[in-house]
Amino acid sequence: MSEIKLPQHKIDQLLEICDAHGNKPGELINILHKAQHLFGYLPAEVQRIVAQRLQIPVSKVYGVVTFYSFFSMTPQGEHPISVCMGTACYVRGAEKVLDEFKRVLNINVGETTPDGKYSLSSLRCVGACGLAPVVLIGEKVFGRVVPGDVEKILKEFE
Amino acid sequence: MSYKMHILVCGGTGCRASASKSIICRLEECLKDRALEDEVQVIATGCFGFCEKGPIVKIMPDNTFYVQVKPEDADEIIDEHIIKGRKVERLLYKDPEKKATVTDSKHMEFYKKQLRIALRNCGFIDPENIEECIGRDGYTALAKCLTEMTPEEVIDEIKRSGLRGRGGGGFPTGLKWEFARKYQSDQKYVVCNADEGDPGAFMDRSIMEGDPHSVIEAMAICGYSIGASKGLVYIRAEYPLAIERLRIAIEQAEQYGLLGDHILGSDFNFHIEIRYGAGAFVCGEETALIHSMEGHRGEPTTKPPFPAESGYLQKPTNVNNVETLANVPVILNKGAEWFASIGTERSKGTKVFALAGKINNVGLIEVPMGTTLREVIYEIGGGIKNGKKFKAVQTGGPSGGCLTEKHLDTPIDFDNLLAAGSMMGSGGMIVMDEDDCMVAVAKFYLEFIVEESCGKCSPCRIGNKRLLEILTRITEGKGTMEDLEHLRNLSHVIKDTALCGLGQTSPNPVLSTLENFYDEYVAHIRDHKCPAGKCKALLSYRIDPQLCVGCTLCARNCPVDAIIGERKEAHFIDTTKCIKCGTCKDKCKFNAISAG
Repeated sequence: MSEIKLPQHKIDQLLEICDAHGNKPGELINILHKAQHLFGYLPAEVQRIVAQRLQIPVSKVYGVVTFYSFFSMTPQGEHPISVCMGTACYVRGAEKVLDEFKRVLNINVGETTPDGKYSLSSLRCVGACGLAPVVLIGEKVFGRVVPGDVEKILKEFE
Repeated sequence: MSYKMHILVCGGTGCRASASKSIICRLEECLKDRALEDEVQVIATGCFGFCEKGPIVKIMPDNTFYVQVKPEDADEIIDEHIIKGRKVERLLYKDPEKKATVTDSKHMEFYKKQLRIALRNCGFIDPENIEECIGRDGYTALAKCLTEMTPEEVIDEIKRSGLRGRGGGGFPTGLKWEFARKYQSDQKYVVCNADEGDPGAFMDRSIMEGDPHSVIEAMAICGYSIGASKGLVYIRAEYPLAIERLRIAIEQAEQYGLLGDHILGSDFNFHIEIRYGAGAFVCGEETALIHSMEGHRGEPTTKPPFPAESGYLQKPTNVNNVETLANVPVILNKGAEWFASIGTERSKGTKVFALAGKINNVGLIEVPMGTTLREVIYEIGGGIKNGKKFKAVQTGGPSGGCLTEKHLDTPIDFDNLLAAGSMMGSGGMIVMDEDDCMVAVAKFYLEFIVEESCGKCSPCRIGNKRLLEILTRITEGKGTMEDLEHLRNLSHVIKDTALCGLGQTSPNPVLSTLENFYDEYVAHIRDHKCPAGKCKALLSYRIDPQLCVGCTLCARNCPVDAIIGERKEAHFIDTTKCIKCGTCKDKCKFNAISAG
């Protein structure tokens, strides 16, 4: 993986986050939540800094980051697309909607378009089962989506 | 200030997704324009449960129930209903059977058979205002415990009520509290498990969004009875609204002296902190949850020691689920006998279900234990969508199983569902119709399990992966009859040998579909056919030229322009271009397109 140069002011903010949690290893997950909020994702460099500050092995941080689906080591697109693949959405055709996003954007789940505009992920239940199948783009919720809607929805973000 | 009327607008996640926030803004603007803002109050409440027809707006005191309200309807609601006292007919719920409008929720089929205990305040109060909760008996149970009852008496009351854990296992709550009380320690913890990972279940979220104080009050009661002064709520980071409402509720409870030191002037101290989950289904298992709260990977450990002896930071810890806790204050207020009079012999009280899938009334419901699946699906749920045929209902999430027609009259309780090869789980209930392939459904759950398996024990890590490979083969038409035997044997091995609850229940979707839909598996293997028309590898779409009228609807909706044909002439599908998405079949109004 290529090295990323993190801007110093962001590193400072990250260290502040660790300090605010008393640099306690027990606070690791809370710190990672805030770090992901700050950077948008958790690259190896961020994990190294956190490990050093908390005085724990970086393998331990990596172990936690990769265990939980909420944490990501790849940057998200400008408009992150999440297709709900909870059971309620699945039986109402979410898989077809996901396939259509894959086809139109020409990327797989977990990938970002080369221009960095869209990233695609599937998630498990946002709890809006009455609107199944549900697609989230950024904060915006689209309900009762059918494959034919996909191109129309994407046009909104052009 | 006292208001003459209240307009309650659902502010749950589902309704918020369909613009309930703009409805509130618009209603408030309209009231202001008409100088009514001192007489009528608009309140954002928690979930009403009837998500299918959201956003919901309810007018009090006359109980009028408006469905699918849009922001632009606000003017009419204010001018007609609030000012002139005339109900807005077009926004009322129409009973699909009787074809008549129903003015209030009490007379809707959806609500008739429900009994709301855990959801008592959802949709009635503003969850961000503690006074509204107190106005509906909030914190009276805590006050009663602190002033009139000993910790032992509280535990005894919960034990006698017969309350069992609502998170999945169904362990008696009172007994759990008794164990945690028994162990001596300088510090004990009360943990609320709000890491609702079961896809298709959203009751815990709705309770926290609609009535967070009931959870806080119950945690304090639990703390008093087991001798803990610290509470932790472990909540999914994916629930931002619930987190926000919980945070506000904790702050307000502290301001009112209902949390903190010397609660209500007593010697009892109790503080609550929020901990965030990060998306791991296995963290619903209490030992895994505790490890996650300590900042580790959420891997389970063998019990004993049980958390009651050595849990969070090796201290005695009591873990209860949100819905379980929401029942506690009511039990103490109304008495164990009252609670025990509801339900079946061994499952007392009510259960909240998230009803979803191919059903007319998707939503959140609460019914007495012992209600039958038929009552839930056909009376409350309004039957199957688009007049299709019922095929199965999946309960218990990825750990549960699929029940069929023959189980419809089974009274729902912990033991009956288990005996039928499924389980209560956290209360997800997904209804499937004739178009759903049960092999694909089993595969869907296995995909989930393989993704969520923590990898610690090999039966779960490797065994489920093998199950998924076999199922994938079958859905691609490459399965053999021996595969069915392997599926069954391997499933039993995993059940018997996996370390935690996740692994021990993970083969349930496979076993229950094998048991109830054996023919469907055979059709995939022997005939290379998917009877439900779902498994892509086994499908090809074709248009019946006799039935096609050439309306062009399918061609216009085809995402890859694979349908050829002139207007008013029969169309054809170019199978080299077709991606088998099925849009054409769904769109065709003449049943001319078939998959097989």
